[in-house]
Amino acid sequence: MCVGVPAKVILKKEYSAVVDVMGSQTTVGIIFVPEVELGDFVIVHAGQAMSIVDESYARQSVEEWRRLIDARNSEAVK
Amino acid sequence: MLEILKQSSNPEICRPLAEAVIEIALEFNRKFGRKPAFMEVCGSHTMSLARTGVKQVLKNEVNLISGPGCPVCVTDQRSIDAMIALAEGENRIICTFGDMMRVPGSAKTLLDSKIAGKDIRVLYSPVDAVRVAEENPDKEVIFLGVGFETTIPILTLMIGEAEKRMIGNFSIWMTTKLVEPVLRFLLDAGEVNLDGFLLPGHVSIVLGEESYQYLVDEYQISGVITGFETAELLSGIYKSIELALSGQAAISNNHPAIVSKTGNQVIHQWLDKYLTNCDEAWRGIGVIPNSGLDLKPEYDQFNAKKRFTVDVGEPRKTKCRCGEVIRGLIAPNECPLFGKACHPINPVGPCMVSAEGSCAAYYQYMRESF
Ligand code: SF4
Repeated sequence: MCVGVPAKVILKKEYSAVVDVMGSQTTVGIIFVPEVELGDFVIVHAGQAMSIVDESYARQSVEEWRRLIDARNSEAVK
Repeated sequence: MLEILKQSSNPEICRPLAEAVIEIALEFNRKFGRKPAFMEVCGSHTMSLARTGVKQVLKNEVNLISGPGCPVCVTDQRSIDAMIALAEGENRIICTFGDMMRVPGSAKTLLDSKIAGKDIRVLYSPVDAVRVAEENPDKEVIFLGVGFETTIPILTLMIGEAEKRMIGNFSIWMTTKLVEPVLRFLLDAGEVNLDGFLLPGHVSIVLGEESYQYLVDEYQISGVITGFETAELLSGIYKSIELALSGQAAISNNHPAIVSKTGNQVIHQWLDKYLTNCDEAWRGIGVIPNSGLDLKPEYDQFNAKKRFTVDVGEPRKTKCRCGEVIRGLIAPNECPLFGKACHPINPVGPCMVSAEGSCAAYYQYMRESF
């Protein structure tokens, strides 16, 4: 029930937004994320956007994964 | 942004990350002479770990134990029987999440009732139930409100909507569950030895990182808030092992892109407005005080439990061991019925039928590998 794929907001209305999820469009509620803006990615659960994906943290996570891998590789070389 | 998000399932990242996890798990093993053990609290984690292959890849090095986070699976049999009995009443439309349809009641399932002609509707977006009520003013529309902290806010939205539109024929049968009381129950019971929890990414959107501090302060156990994609799961497990090796208990937010320190405050306001704590009965556990949320008395008109009475007898006894699976005491394949009398076509317990059930996850993805 809980896993939501990030959806991109392409049209914002007062309490709802049209989002794009991997090419298909659907309308979701945005009452819980009133600060959402066009172009933001949101996590949707049961028809409601629950959280806005923070791009800088998403980027940091990827960098961290790469660091873990690189640390391992450099240890293997030693 | 999409490119960044896609990295969480990029094999060029996931494969070496899996190797890094195996390596640090072996280090743990050399130090402590055993595998590190973590409980994934969330049913969606159980499914994701199985579906992505992470559980299978790590099976020799990390003990990943499914916990009590599948809302359908933790619903006790009497509640399930009550919801099925509710559907038997005349002039009613029952709206529900799809997961509930095939959950075995003592005598039948909701699907059986639907086939027999009862009006039972599966909704992806629960708020639509209010529209169903509006369109059917001569019927009572009841939503089966089963869920944890991620779903509960949506139930409050429905009440808000019904209130705003002054809809008198809509109510919710609340059977909600909270994560903290059940984690405390498991830790107090001390039945499972754990080196930490993989904490649910989406429940944490609501609760926030700081809400788990009791794990550290009162139980000296770590928790890592973890997402659902392959790299997110692997890095969550990596951090969990790293914390276990350090000997320091801490809460780590491995999913900061969507989980904040204090959670979604707008959602908190909705919860505070409509809901109050209540005791809830958990499958295989019994009643845990204050482990659920119910509507405040001023919203009784939307509370199906206050508006309708259902008679259910003693639940039928089966050999289903979902209760032990939920508590992390046995793996699904240790249940004697697993894959024999119990399989997805003919489920004996909810853990085999729910989209987040441990037995369903094992059956679908891991029968070969264990
Ligand atoms: S395999 Fe079936 S009977 Fe056994 S615990 Fe799982 S759901 Fe229950």
